Amino acid sequence: MWYLCVFYHRLLDYRKPEVESLARMFGAFDSDGGGRDGAEHLEWRLPEHHHPDSPFHFVDLPSEDVARDVANRSILVKGIYELWGEGDSYEELEDAIKNYPDERKLPYLTSESTFRITVDSFGKVISFQEQNERIQSLVYIPFKGRVNLRNPEHKFWLMETDDYGANNGLPPVVQKRIFFGREVGGADRKLLPTYQLKSRTYLGPTAMDAEIAFLMANQAMVKPGKLVYDPFVGTGSILIAAAHFGAMTMGADIDIRVVRDGRGPDCNVWSNFKQYGLPMPIGLLRADNNLPPWRPGLKEVFDAIICDPPYGVRAGGRKSGGRKLLKGVVGPYTVPDDKRTDHIPSTAAYSLVECVHDLLDVAAKMLVLNGRLVFFYPVLREDESAENHFPEHPCFVLVSASEQILSSRYSRVLLTMVKRGPYTKEIEEVARLKHLEFKENHLKWLEDGNLHSAVFSPNESVCVAESDIKVSKDTKPKYRGKYV
Amino acid sequence: MRLLTHNMLSSNIKGVTNGFPLGIVVEKVIEKPVEMNPDFLKNMFAKIEWKALVDASRSMGYTELSDQVDSSMLDSVEFLQRFHHALLELHLEEGALVCPETGRKFPVNKGIPNMLLHEDEV
Repeated sequence: MWYLCVFYHRLLDYRKPEVESLARMFGAFDSDGGGRDGAEHLEWRLPEHHHPDSPFHFVDLPSEDVARDVANRSILVKGIYELWGEGDSYEELEDAIKNYPDERKLPYLTSESTFRITVDSFGKVISFQEQNERIQSLVYIPFKGRVNLRNPEHKFWLMETDDYGANNGLPPVVQKRIFFGREVGGADRKLLPTYQLKSRTYLGPTAMDAEIAFLMANQAMVKPGKLVYDPFVGTGSILIAAAHFGAMTMGADIDIRVVRDGRGPDCNVWSNFKQYGLPMPIGLLRADNNLPPWRPGLKEVFDAIICDPPYGVRAGGRKSGGRKLLKGVVGPYTVPDDKRTDHIPSTAAYSLVECVHDLLDVAAKMLVLNGRLVFFYPVLREDESAENHFPEHPCFVLVSASEQILSSRYSRVLLTMVKRGPYTKEIEEVARLKHLEFKENHLKWLEDGNLHSAVFSPNESVCVAESDIKVSKDTKPKYRGKYV
Repeated sequence: MRLLTHNMLSSNIKGVTNGFPLGIVVEKVIEKPVEMNPDFLKNMFAKIEWKALVDASRSMGYTELSDQVDSSMLDSVEFLQRFHHALLELHLEEGALVCPETGRKFPVNKGIPNMLLHEDEV
């Protein structure tokens, strides 16, 4: 059945992937749930003359239950509605509503029910008096129930859009259109003030914004009882969102000050979970994603891996091994026995390609089949005209890529991948060889003398060496409202 | 550190082939109650190295786990409670994990195992 799906007008690239992920989680693609088995995507339609950036979309969902679950769990869906009628004018709207079958309308108009009508607009302001006039004009709908503004059983919405968003000669995002429908569900945005970073006790310089963290958890289809892992846990901001949705969480970080000490006994990763009354992480440890300490036979334990890897834009990545050691200037430093317990091992810069390679390898091994890997990937906007190149792995299929512009130079893309193939011996061997190759290449970058460029955009020779991280092409239309 | 984490970790020092299971040096063990989730336990049971869990729980002073298990025991609530307690409620707060091959100690402070390697172990 087709529903009207209205979004908050922000993070435009993230809206449809969120609905698709949640629809999958709530069974829209299961054959026994009445969904279209085997389909990869939902079907979407736009209102007449609306640009894809419009907040108004139509989406085909198998049942009202799925629609309600998706809407209530989402962060970016303002509401999902059963559309009773639409038109370019109030006359057209009246005809459409009158033609909508009575058996769909009457159950919601009975005398024992309570209801409310809300007038909403996009791209224009409607005064209070005009709102009342518009509600009065709906007399042709036989409302029998009592009005209850606070807590009605049925919520009806009259939504009006005007030409809006035209700029620089580009077509407007929406054109005049009027919709009337019954609300099925809507996002609980109260979550966001509760979890906003400014009231969180323990923060780092790169703590993930609460809204994006919830979006990441939704992309990963986090549910109660699932085990979620973040290999770059930091202050735990991503795992907090996962724990809110009921997941068991586990995190690792190379910086022991962050995971173990925080800023004191009441200001650390644990206290962040306590602040919101969430269950503590199952495990936190200090480990290097470059040399993960998982036992050899351990496979397919995590249901989702969600992370924001350190790419060196705001916080640089580190891995084991000192600069001089990897350069070969000094031999491996043998730590004297009496100093071993308090020794602080040196670390070296961790490049983007190597970091992503390690992440994909760990995820391919440790995720269950159909488990999801959700992570941010940085993009230099200078080559916006060129296609974006995202990492690939034989075990993974890319589900969605949502861009968020950060500055005039950088943007980041939230990649959602699903594990579709098993982690075979061959894949493991390729990954091992690649790991050794990176070790050798590290020396080369250091000789070139420009470590920052090596960290952020490694030179050609390294890119060519990426034989198992193939390059994908994803052409995108140039005009997108990613600033909202 | 819960024993679930212990069951997943091994010593990854260069050249070590048998880094699992890590021995446990106990300085301080604490118990933190956690709500039991039978589905999670059943799911984890298939992925756990049982012997390592039994040995680890014994070195932490919990002796209620039996050496022999099979998946049919997952229907018993009593068994699930013991499994749950050993896997998720026992914490090594202070102590160390010991590499079975080299004897290298990975310290555990404030419940966080430090698995980072020294320069000569990478």
